[in-house]
Amino acid sequence: MTRAFTPKVVTANLLLDGEVVWLTEDDRWTRHHHEAELIEDEAHAQLRLLKGAAQKHLVVGVYLADARAGSIGPEPVHFRETFRTRGPSNYAHGKQVDHV
Amino acid sequence: MYDYSDFDEAFVRARVAQFSQQVARRIDGSLTEDEFRPLRLMNGLYLQLHAYMLRVAIPYGTINPRQMRQLAMIADVYDKGYGHFTTRQNIQFNWPKLPDVPAILSALADVEMHAIQTSGNCVRNVTADHFAGAAADEIEDPRPVAELLRQWSTDHPEFQFLPRKFKIAITGSPNDRAVTRAHDIGLRMVRRDGAPGFEVIVGGGLGRTPMIGHVVRDFLPKADLLPYVEAILSVYNTLGRRDNKYKARIKITVHETGVAEITRMIEDRFAEIRPQFGGNDQTLLAEIEAAFAPPAFRNAPVADFDAARLIDPAFRAWADTNLAEHRNAQYAIVTISLKAHGETPGDASSDQMRLIADLAERYGHSEIRISHEQNVILPHVHKGDLPVLHAALLKGGLGTANVGLLSDMIVCPGMDYCALATARSIPVAQEIALRFKELQIEHDVGPLKIKISGCINACGHHHVGHIGILGLDRAGVENYQITLGGDGTETAVIGERAGPGFAYDEITPAIERLIVAYLALRLEPAETFLQTYRRTGLAPFKAALYDQADRNAA
Repeated sequence: MTRAFTPKVVTANLLLDGEVVWLTEDDRWTRHHHEAELIEDEAHAQLRLLKGAAQKHLVVGVYLADARAGSIGPEPVHFRETFRTRGPSNYAHGKQVDHV
Repeated sequence: MYDYSDFDEAFVRARVAQFSQQVARRIDGSLTEDEFRPLRLMNGLYLQLHAYMLRVAIPYGTINPRQMRQLAMIADVYDKGYGHFTTRQNIQFNWPKLPDVPAILSALADVEMHAIQTSGNCVRNVTADHFAGAAADEIEDPRPVAELLRQWSTDHPEFQFLPRKFKIAITGSPNDRAVTRAHDIGLRMVRRDGAPGFEVIVGGGLGRTPMIGHVVRDFLPKADLLPYVEAILSVYNTLGRRDNKYKARIKITVHETGVAEITRMIEDRFAEIRPQFGGNDQTLLAEIEAAFAPPAFRNAPVADFDAARLIDPAFRAWADTNLAEHRNAQYAIVTISLKAHGETPGDASSDQMRLIADLAERYGHSEIRISHEQNVILPHVHKGDLPVLHAALLKGGLGTANVGLLSDMIVCPGMDYCALATARSIPVAQEIALRFKELQIEHDVGPLKIKISGCINACGHHHVGHIGILGLDRAGVENYQITLGGDGTETAVIGERAGPGFAYDEITPAIERLIVAYLALRLEPAETFLQTYRRTGLAPFKAALYDQADRNAA
């Protein structure tokens, strides 16, 4: 029996500064997780992963990460992905700067 | 300290120019990431969780004020105003942008620094006793030999693509402050019939298969060191497994081959290559040794030190924990703690770096060291200058009196920065430090080494912590395993796993229960945590950890 597909987002780091980004439905790379395309179909996820990975001049280390639907858009499932949405715990650096 | 020769200068400049071209070609699309990745790693540039990270070498932890100021400048201009000192005596910058890296490397080259071989399957930064050249118990300063090894290993054509990374540590003292037994090669200076030489230890290492190294030579004459190290690397390069990265370190090679057999192979290889070393290495070593001549110590009264100890309890507490015995009785070795309670262990702001540089010039014969324990050392400070030095450190947030105590933790960057980590380390350390500051029992607890790693790779040396904490991902949540009884000194031993791990919010209370148990178990205040553990074994500590937790859960 095949395992049920869990929803995903395509994520990567920007080539120039390493910042964490996600692929949107309209093929942009966004800094905000909630703007990412939430992918609920496995075949579509593979296509979107290929789309992201092809943009080697923009991003590095493209992969699929688990996500779930939230009130304003996709939310991360795993704590690692949550940390990637905000930055380190010890300083108000990284993405959390926007929220401080 | 050693100053770059014209050759060193030209070599590093050429490397900066080469990498600058490579960065440009990556940005314009001429190089793919697959092509670029090994090139950036050869220059210490990683891509981490939130940004790039540049790891800069501080050979054997020795740095001068000019270099420290340049690091501060880099932190201000190209990063976020701080740097992180690591267990390999390096400094890491956590937020550089790719287009800026060539300028950073160029700025480093301006002060005889670089990031070469701080990554990759090559000989990494050679580390040494952070009290080298100053310690009262030292046989000889190990840094000239470390510098010789640095020059020999840098871009060595045979050893650029070893099976895995390779780490060498050296101590010139019988009291091992360099964790030599947990390195691929550990070198401990010893004397035989008055002549200096080395005990050679091979195959130690932490990570997923922690091992204490084996002595392959109990006495190696100093003049044979370079060919002998080359023989070890040569044997490893041939035998080391390249089919499985988890079995590629020399510790596995030693384990699978057997100590006796690998010793024979090393000795055979040594006999083969020894004649090829015609003495140039010894000529070079003599030149390097001259560069490490001790400073001109001054002869002056130490009355100010004695008076301050009597009348100022804050100074006395700091002096009792942060000073070590210098070979000159009028001097002290000062450890500047980068472990202020609640701060990030090993981090220094650019202002703090500049303050350290100023103080080193004013009071420390312009010498600075970085320790593998993530602190900064001023190795030569006249005792008469210590009260004013302490006051300046306090003002700069660097006067924490906790060296060797509970809050002086080694802590890897963990999942707050590292792409490999499986859990966070830094906030765990911060919470433990703040909790024990609140309890005000740290000085009563006495010498204790807590070491925290955010993954099985053990960058935080948790296996050799008296209390080791290993952060893991257990079913999608952070979980922390505790090991007890580890030791990274000359009596090195790998810690024993206490039992099941603790959730993030349970780990600080668990550590508190351990410490309370120790205070109840110790025979007298002078009996350290490690001594108590060795006397009682794991059982009473395990009971303290888990019985209470079980009661709480019930």
